[in-house]
Amino acid sequence: MEGSIETKAGVDPAQMQALEERIRDLEKRLRDLEERAPEDRVCLILFSGDLDRVLAAFVIATGAAAVGQQVSMFFTFWGLSVLKKDRQLSGKTVFQKMMALMCPRSSQSLPVSKMNYFGVGAKMLRAMMKEKNVSSLEDMISLARELGVRMIACEMSRDVMGIKESELVGGLECGGVASFLADSLRSRTSLFI
Amino acid sequence: MSQSFDKLLDARGLNCPMPLVNARKEISRIEPGQVLKVIATDRGSVADFQGWAKIAKNVELLAQERESVDGASVYAHYVKRTT
Repeated sequence: MEGSIETKAGVDPAQMQALEERIRDLEKRLRDLEERAPEDRVCLILFSGDLDRVLAAFVIATGAAAVGQQVSMFFTFWGLSVLKKDRQLSGKTVFQKMMALMCPRSSQSLPVSKMNYFGVGAKMLRAMMKEKNVSSLEDMISLARELGVRMIACEMSRDVMGIKESELVGGLECGGVASFLADSLRSRTSLFI
Repeated sequence: MSQSFDKLLDARGLNCPMPLVNARKEISRIEPGQVLKVIATDRGSVADFQGWAKIAKNVELLAQERESVDGASVYAHYVKRTT
C-alpha cells in the first residue's frame, strides 16, 4: 500500500522512530491546546449597582445558563448591593455607617443609572417591566440560582465597604481577583458591567 | 404538513429570556429524539431559539412557523432534543 511505512523489506526502524516521535510531539501540543481552549463558560463582573445594568447582567446570565453555558457572576463594589438582604449598622466605623446609609439596603432599592429622581425612576421602570410581563430582578436572581449560576462576592470590596457577611443573602461564594481570573481565563466571554 | 411534536410549552406573554429559560427546563424533561413545541408571542424568541440551537450541542431546531392560536398570531418553535 502506498504511503505505508511497512516496506517489502520490513519496517524501517529509523523511519518508525521518527514517526513515533512526531506523534508524541503532536499529542503533547494537542493536550496543551486543549488545556488552554475556553470552556462553555460566561463570566460577568458586576461592578455597578444600577438596576438597569444589573437587569441586563441577569438577562445575560440566565440566558447563557439556559443555552448550556456555565455562568460565573462576580459582584464587587456597588454591585454588592444586589446581594444584600438588609442593612446593618452595628459594629461599623463612621465611614462604613455612612456608606451603608447611602447605599441601597437591598436589591429592592437599587437606583437606575439615568433619571432616577430619588428612586421614582427605578419604581417607574419596575412598573413598566411588570406591565410588559418581564420578570422582576428578584425573580431573575432566584432563576439564576436555580439554573446553577455561580455567584461570587468580592471579599476585598466587601471588607472595604464594611458589608458584613450576615447582610448578604446565603449561598454565595467569596473570592478575590484570582478566583475571578481562574474563571474568566477559561470563559468565551467576560463582561464588566 | 405541520411538524409533529411530543410536548407543548406555552410561553405566550413571556418576555426575554423566559421563553428560552422555560424551554430549556422543559427539554430536559423529554427523552432524546423527542420534539418540544414552544409557542411564544415574543418576537425576539425567533432569533433566540436559532441562537440556542447554534450554541447548545443537545438541541436541534427543526422548524419555526407563524401560527394562529386562539385567534392570535404566535411564533412556534420545534426543538428536538438530540442527546
